[in-house]
Amino acid sequence: MASSSSLTPVDMSITCDLTNLTSKKAAEESKGSVKWIKKPLFFMILCCLTTSMVIVLLMSSVKEESGSCNGEARVLYRHQNVTRSEIHDLVSLFSDSDQVASFECQKESIPGMWANYGVTCSLNMRLEKEETQSGHDNSKSLIPWNLINPSGLQHFISSAALVCDNLQQRLLLSKEAENHREGLDWDVSSYLRNTWWCLILGLFVCHKIFVSHSKAPAKGEVKTNLQDSLAQKQQQQRACRGAGKGRKNILLLGVIAGVSMSVWWFWDTNHKIILQRRETLENMCDERARVLQDQFNVSLNHVHALSILVSTFHHGKTPSAIDQKTFGEYTERTNFERPLTSGVAYALKVPHSKREQFEKDHGWTIKKMETEDQTLVQDCVPENFDPAPIQDEYSPVIFAQETVSHIVSVDMMSGEEDRENILRARASGKGVLTSPFKLLKSNHLGVVLTFAVYDTDLPPDATQEERVEATIGYLGASYDMPSLVEKLLHQLASKQTIVVDVYDTTNVSGLIKMYGTEIGDISEEYISSLDFGDPSRKHEMRCRFKDKLPIPWTAIIPSGLVLIITFLVGYIFHDAISRIEIVEEDCQKMMKLKARAEAADIAKSQFLATVSHEIRTPMNGVLGMLKMLMDTDLDAKQMDYAQTAHGSGKDLISLINEVLDQAKIESGRLELENVPFDMRLVLDNVSSLLSGKANEKGIELAVYVSSQVPEVVVGDPSRFRQIITNLVGNSIKFTREKGHIFISVHRAEEVRESLNIKDAVLRQRLAAGCSEYCDTVSGFPAVNAWGNWKSFKTICSTENHNSDRIKLLVTVEDTGVGIPLDAQGRIFTPFMQADSSTSRTYGGTGIGLSISKRLVELMQGEMGFVSRPGIGSTFSFTGVFGKAETSSLITKFDLAIKEFKGLRALVIDSRNIRAEVTRYHLQRLGICADIVSSPRTACTCVSKLGGLAMVLIDKDAWNKKDFELLDGLLNCRKEASTRPTKILLLATSATLVERSEMKSSGLVDEVVIKPLRMSVLICCLQEILVNGKKRQPNRKRTNLGHLLREKRILVVDDNLVNRRVAEGALKKYGAIVTCVESGKAALAMLKPPHNFDACFMDLQMPEMDGFEATRRVRDLEKKKIASEGVSAEMNSSWHVPILAMTADVIQATNEECVKCGMDGYVSKPFEEEALYAAVAKFFESG
Amino acid sequence: MELAQMQKSLQDYTKSLFLEGVLDSQFLQLQQLQDESNPDFVSQVVTLFFQDSDRILNDLSLSLDQQVVDFKKVDPHVHQLKGSSSSIGAQRVKNACVVFRSFCEQQNVEACHRCLQQVKQEYYLVKNRLETLFKLEQQIVASGGMIPAMELGF
Repeated sequence: MASSSSLTPVDMSITCDLTNLTSKKAAEESKGSVKWIKKPLFFMILCCLTTSMVIVLLMSSVKEESGSCNGEARVLYRHQNVTRSEIHDLVSLFSDSDQVASFECQKESIPGMWANYGVTCSLNMRLEKEETQSGHDNSKSLIPWNLINPSGLQHFISSAALVCDNLQQRLLLSKEAENHREGLDWDVSSYLRNTWWCLILGLFVCHKIFVSHSKAPAKGEVKTNLQDSLAQKQQQQRACRGAGKGRKNILLLGVIAGVSMSVWWFWDTNHKIILQRRETLENMCDERARVLQDQFNVSLNHVHALSILVSTFHHGKTPSAIDQKTFGEYTERTNFERPLTSGVAYALKVPHSKREQFEKDHGWTIKKMETEDQTLVQDCVPENFDPAPIQDEYSPVIFAQETVSHIVSVDMMSGEEDRENILRARASGKGVLTSPFKLLKSNHLGVVLTFAVYDTDLPPDATQEERVEATIGYLGASYDMPSLVEKLLHQLASKQTIVVDVYDTTNVSGLIKMYGTEIGDISEEYISSLDFGDPSRKHEMRCRFKDKLPIPWTAIIPSGLVLIITFLVGYIFHDAISRIEIVEEDCQKMMKLKARAEAADIAKSQFLATVSHEIRTPMNGVLGMLKMLMDTDLDAKQMDYAQTAHGSGKDLISLINEVLDQAKIESGRLELENVPFDMRLVLDNVSSLLSGKANEKGIELAVYVSSQVPEVVVGDPSRFRQIITNLVGNSIKFTREKGHIFISVHRAEEVRESLNIKDAVLRQRLAAGCSEYCDTVSGFPAVNAWGNWKSFKTICSTENHNSDRIKLLVTVEDTGVGIPLDAQGRIFTPFMQADSSTSRTYGGTGIGLSISKRLVELMQGEMGFVSRPGIGSTFSFTGVFGKAETSSLITKFDLAIKEFKGLRALVIDSRNIRAEVTRYHLQRLGICADIVSSPRTACTCVSKLGGLAMVLIDKDAWNKKDFELLDGLLNCRKEASTRPTKILLLATSATLVERSEMKSSGLVDEVVIKPLRMSVLICCLQEILVNGKKRQPNRKRTNLGHLLREKRILVVDDNLVNRRVAEGALKKYGAIVTCVESGKAALAMLKPPHNFDACFMDLQMPEMDGFEATRRVRDLEKKKIASEGVSAEMNSSWHVPILAMTADVIQATNEECVKCGMDGYVSKPFEEEALYAAVAKFFESG
Repeated sequence: MELAQMQKSLQDYTKSLFLEGVLDSQFLQLQQLQDESNPDFVSQVVTLFFQDSDRILNDLSLSLDQQVVDFKKVDPHVHQLKGSSSSIGAQRVKNACVVFRSFCEQQNVEACHRCLQQVKQEYYLVKNRLETLFKLEQQIVASGGMIPAMELGF
């Protein structure tokens, strides 16, 4: 019981249990929370690292490009040097061999200069992709060159400036464009990356929100009703599962997004790398092609220059200024100019007619070129060659560089390639190239460049015939392709990474490889075209990387990190989700346990109620039988035993009733009635009930109700009475031999307005301060309740000033043993008494106070106490009652009160409070009272006051001598007035002998035994004042047979046997019984004005049950009363008492019966005691 | 002498009925209601009970043998039986009825059948016993004796 005193401790205990159960989990969780804090930090760091890495990598790739530019600048610089030194060489040669020619040469060399200029221009064009600084270097390096050639200076500077301008402009433009594109790219990718992070963040936030949302309904659930909880729980469970799935889906989506993001990132970065690589390849390939082309062109120009040199000095002079020796020397010395040529030779055009002449001049025959076995180039000796066959014309080599001196006298026309070349060269007037073939001697693949030498100046628009005609010789130069390309490549940067192939693509179907290897990454190739100045021949360069594409770490690392992060985050979320699920599951388990515990608690209360009811029924039998036993002839001893047994039985019944009350309160089934009642009467009843015990112990019992308290209030009188009885009973139990018990009732408002208190009793209390005070009813000190009142919220709260509600403050003060300080905290706990010795000394279960407190709480009030061991305890409680609409109930005392109205009385009492109590009781009868403290002062008073109807004197103030004086005074007035002043003595206890003594002494008219109460007072006063018929205090208990005799009673029950039994039982007591078998039949019988004195109604009947039937009867009554205008008084013919008959008290409690208009209930089957209790209410007063 | 013996045996028999739990205090209350003005009260009531119960048990058997058992019909019958049996103090019948009703609430047909058998058994037992009791009483009355008041100390 103790543990289940209310639902809250149960809840707490369950929570405790569960906490214990999950304590391990909780500990883990607390650790987990630390981890949870650490993990995001770790991720923040990871994220920072990743992003910074990505940025750094991107930056470095930008730098690479600028590096390649520097290499190109170097190449350019070298070329210029070469050009410069060539000029230098030429000048030195001519200054050596022929000084005169030097000036004339100027004019001729202009084409060369132009060529140089062209070179520079083309180089400058190449510069377009370079930075301005390198361009600046270029112009600087050109200055010494220009110094040598002053005539070109102006021109060059201006053009260079122009070029520079152009260059700068273009550079800026292109750079800007590039910047723009790059920025765009960067923007897009970074935007996407940011989006990814945002996505993760969003996921996180969503998750958090989701979790908090899913928790919210769970919280709300706690407050919902127990009954609904089961159904709701299932719903919630489903919802939870759904939520869990939803969360998992979101998580899965997130992970998928993360993975796809990572893949996309990898692909994006990788793609960029590949693009960049390709771009690099393109750049390098183009660069190489350009360089090769330029180099070749330079070389070509030199050969051209040489041809002009030959035409000028060999053919233009007679005799020739050049012989084989000069030619050889010159070409040898200028060989560095043509690093690509393996040799230069000059062949003369000799027609067949002049062959013999020619052969004679030179002293050798024209030889035929051996085309058949070019493989054996090493040991080809011209002398071994056959003389050239007869042809239209020949072109025997007359001059040759030392390296190719073996071809002197060989007829170039006889070689297939050479012949074709010669024919084309002289027709076009430009340098022409052969297709690649194995060169004589070196066995390398090579091409031969041929220039025609004309004897006269040809106009630029000369026809082919004119050109052929003007041709006098041919200058040829052989190029060794592999060494040429290799030399070039060596000069360029990053030659290690790139592989270059050069092809002759003149014949599209049969590509001829001029240079190249088989190694390298074939998957990627870039082709750039080459222009060697011969429009009829096409060449191209194919570049590829030597190494295969390296593993793209820059793409793998960030995307890998993203992947890892995604999985880690996914793992964490998964962890969290599963934890949430576990927690939710636990929560549900706890809810289930809680519901079960609550259900168990209710079941327990129900069980208690049932059991106590079940015990009560046989106990009633036991008591009844004991009573009957006591009526039989028993000897003294047997009688004593029987009485003891009866007394114990009664105690047991009251205990069971208390337990039943407690159980009812706990299961929330107790409802308070709301009926108007006279509080003063209730208090009178209680005091009369307990006066016996109090008087036995010699304790003075006093009741005081403030005049502010209305006569009739609306509430539950029986429960109010129960509380008061309980408190007073306790007080009597714990007060020994002396002192008093004082019950006072005030309005709560009276206490609040402490400044202007009209009530004398209250004023005294407040004046006494907090601690105990001595001016009490009995004179023994008692604890002041004032200290307790202050803590009451209901008193202090000023709001809630409902006009139809009044707050009452009831105080029960005693001078008992008091409550030990350490026990004061648990005094309201059920079954807990102050200490175990208490129950031994005083008995009792300790349930009363707990029930009282609960009842007070049901009355929206509070209960409290102050107590001092050895001095006493004062219990106070407040309660809210309704105001009655009618000012007063009609009581049987009304008539008597009318008699006394307007009388005056004098109260002689040494104690102020006691006198006030007496005055209160007199005031209830309408008697005005004055107070004096002693008979002596009364003497002086009496003389002033006229028309005293009575003098009430307390026994404590009784003083025979003084009183005789007063009596004399009164007596002398007695003659004058029509009514003699009566003198009443108030005594706490007085034996019969004492009373008769007092009366016989003639001094006192009547002795009134305290506690004062209305009925007693009225009786006494009527006796002495009116001298009317003496009213017997009808205390003797009336027999049931007497009560029911001749009463017409209707029994309604569908069960024949029950009906018969009820009929028999009621008939036994002399009632006139009518039986009907259904609610409808009962309705037909019960038509107001009623012929029946009472009706016993079964509750459970087919068709119309007892409740329904009663309701209809009541409705009918109301209608009748309204229509016929019967006076409101409750005449029995207009309101038939209907009592429920039920076998189950728990199911059909009194409250339910009252609700539908029933007046009470009797348990089935009938038992004498129960029947009496139920019936007495109606027939006793009636 | 014979009369005294008969009275003794009646007392013993009644006592045994209480001890077996066939009857309870309510039967005593019933007996107390019987006086000169109403000499056959107990036997009247009990006969009523038998008639009523026979009818109810019949109805119950019929209702429970239906294909689809209508518990809304069965329950009032059992309630009726419970009420009347508790009125005359046939404790065991009453208890069986309480069990029966709880199964009615659960709508458990099989258990209801079992309960019906149980109730019938108890009913026939109490019927048998009470008939014997009345026979004994009649014998005593026929032989001019008084029916002894029941002892209360059982």
